Amino acid sequence: MNHRTRKFIPQIITLLFIILVFGFFTINAQLNMANRGIDFGYGFLTQESSFDVQFSLIDYDGSHSYARAYFVGLLNTLLVSFIGIIFSTIIGVIVGIARLSPNYLIEKTAAFYVEFFRNIPLLLQIFFWYFAALRALPLPEKTDAFFGVFFLTIKGLFVPAFIWNNLDIFLYSVIAAIISITVIRIYAKNLRENQGKHIPVFSISLAILIILPLLSFLFGGVSLNFEIPVLKQLAKTAFAYEGGVGIPPELIALTLALSLYTATFIAECVRAGIQGVSKGQKEAAASIGLTTNQILKLVIMPQALRIIIPPTTNQYLNLTKNSSLAAAIAYPDLVLVFAGTALMQTGKAIEIVSITMLTYLSISLSISVLMNWYNKKIAIKEK
Amino acid sequence: MFKNINKIFAFVLLSLMVFVYACDQTGGQQGKGQSKTLKNTQKKGFVRCGVSQGLPGFSNADASGNWTGVDVDVCRAVAAAVLGDANKVKYTPLSAKERFTALTSGEIDVLSRNTTWTLSRDADIGLTFVGVNFYDGQGFMVRKDSGITSVNDFSDGISACTNIGTTTELNMRDFFNSKNISYEPVAFEKADEVVAAYDSGRCDTYTTDKSGLAAQRTKMTNPDDHMVLPETISKEPLGPVVRQGDSVWEDIVRWSLNVMIEAEEYGITSSNADAMKNSDNPAIKRLVGAEGELGAAFGLDNEWSLRIIKQVGNYGESYKRNIADPGILPDRGPNQLWTKGGILYVPPAR
Repeated sequence: MNHRTRKFIPQIITLLFIILVFGFFTINAQLNMANRGIDFGYGFLTQESSFDVQFSLIDYDGSHSYARAYFVGLLNTLLVSFIGIIFSTIIGVIVGIARLSPNYLIEKTAAFYVEFFRNIPLLLQIFFWYFAALRALPLPEKTDAFFGVFFLTIKGLFVPAFIWNNLDIFLYSVIAAIISITVIRIYAKNLRENQGKHIPVFSISLAILIILPLLSFLFGGVSLNFEIPVLKQLAKTAFAYEGGVGIPPELIALTLALSLYTATFIAECVRAGIQGVSKGQKEAAASIGLTTNQILKLVIMPQALRIIIPPTTNQYLNLTKNSSLAAAIAYPDLVLVFAGTALMQTGKAIEIVSITMLTYLSISLSISVLMNWYNKKIAIKEK
Repeated sequence: MFKNINKIFAFVLLSLMVFVYACDQTGGQQGKGQSKTLKNTQKKGFVRCGVSQGLPGFSNADASGNWTGVDVDVCRAVAAAVLGDANKVKYTPLSAKERFTALTSGEIDVLSRNTTWTLSRDADIGLTFVGVNFYDGQGFMVRKDSGITSVNDFSDGISACTNIGTTTELNMRDFFNSKNISYEPVAFEKADEVVAAYDSGRCDTYTTDKSGLAAQRTKMTNPDDHMVLPETISKEPLGPVVRQGDSVWEDIVRWSLNVMIEAEEYGITSSNADAMKNSDNPAIKRLVGAEGELGAAFGLDNEWSLRIIKQVGNYGESYKRNIADPGILPDRGPNQLWTKGGILYVPPAR
């Protein structure tokens, strides 16, 4: 047996083994399903779902198909993950920096927050926010409005809806603003690199971002009206809000729990990242006359981010996967709507669970790809 | 290197053997007239029964883990028939979502968990319904002070709490659509969470089977603040379910239930069953095993039905003990014998 063959045999055996294991489970499932008279197929996806969902980003009711119900669940999962990632990042960064504060009280408060929230199981926290904290909210008829237009009740948060006139013109103005800001930034970069001149890019960008859309209001015929929620009496003591946008308490509780829980881990990543930059860097930067803000922005953060990003990616993935705990408090995410109700109504367990697993895998891989791209972008460029 | 290859070969060979064995197991067809489930049950020494996670009157565990209820009594009857002891049951509490998978995957052998018999469930997903042990219908619960006294008082924007994965969710949609009312469905996975959410005011109404409403009302902070509306919006025949493909086991479960109902019809109770052996009525004598060979067809002895009646009681006793006496639904309504104005009517055991 020559060296080449010897090298290939273990590979082939491994491959055979993997095929065998997959084959075993496939055949086993097929035989068992055939024995029990269950047929396999994805045809059910086009059938009418005949169940309603509480909260949906796209137009949906029971007369739509199971496939559409799947998208309702998927979008709800993406929505709560997206909001959760944004909030947890903001809270995480603030708390992470606060943990390094020289102020004793701020540092200890941040430390207490981290230790408290990361050591309690997430499901318990979700139950706490939903069944304990939000249950204490007033009934719709007993609530006081915030600023006259926001209503926080046990049935959810009701906020005014935007009614746009000539929305397209407004959007064009925003796009125009973004394009001009990009041009100015490129110009400023050239100016800085070639002639060493600084222009206040940030103030100019902000001004453009405000002035252009403002012009569209003044001259473009754009107008914005608010539809304020109004209390409606359903029965003698049953009330609800009508009009405006209703944010269900399930979404609020889930977002709160996910953000506060994940933020503790992100805070630790941020703290580790900042502490990972050697002290000499800061001192060297100070010695060449950079201001404190410049030190943080130009010296510390670029280096700290390299340490922060990879573990933070993990936390984003965890948050997304943890959002499937939504099923416990009736937030209609992918697991509740599709792997819950749809699975029960059709009985297509293998099909639905496989689709759901693939979906979570795709979401996680997409986040991973995005974060790896960002990580590469900020990594040390070795030339 | 070669040592490793040997190890890998051994591993592959082993998995191949497991593979062939598994194919043989799952592919093997059962012989005619004998039940694989029955054989397995007798070998294990207990009946594996799926029940609810706690529905008073139907299947509910007390503090020391003893299960009671009319659904539990079906499991007990099967155990009495095939094992001779009604207590030889292993209960598996299941959510609405888990119940069918648990049954089709072979984790349990009987599902007796307030499950509605519908065409699609019976035909589609590898299940067989064997009968009805409770005729129910979906209703609504509201707060008494809400001023709602009938489903006609519902208006647009009402929020309704319920369970996912049940016929309730579908009936609710049909109902509100037919009335042209827009509603907010709030669907939870577990019944306890539905109760908690409704109780705290998250929803204006709670909808499920009326027996379920009556039972769950007892769990509210102030049961007297709530009432069940008079209307029934659907037919919900609840009954035990078995896996498709074992017709003998199916017959055993079906007739264990039928015997309980027929025993009530003939006035045979747990206390007078032995005495009934000397009855003049051949139908009664057959039921208590003093005449005929009714058990033989299932592969059971002749006293299987006598054991059910003696250890579990007839349907009337079970209803009284589990549902009427605790005050859940004192009136038997449709769950009364056909001879007494109800719709309980089973084929004759002969």
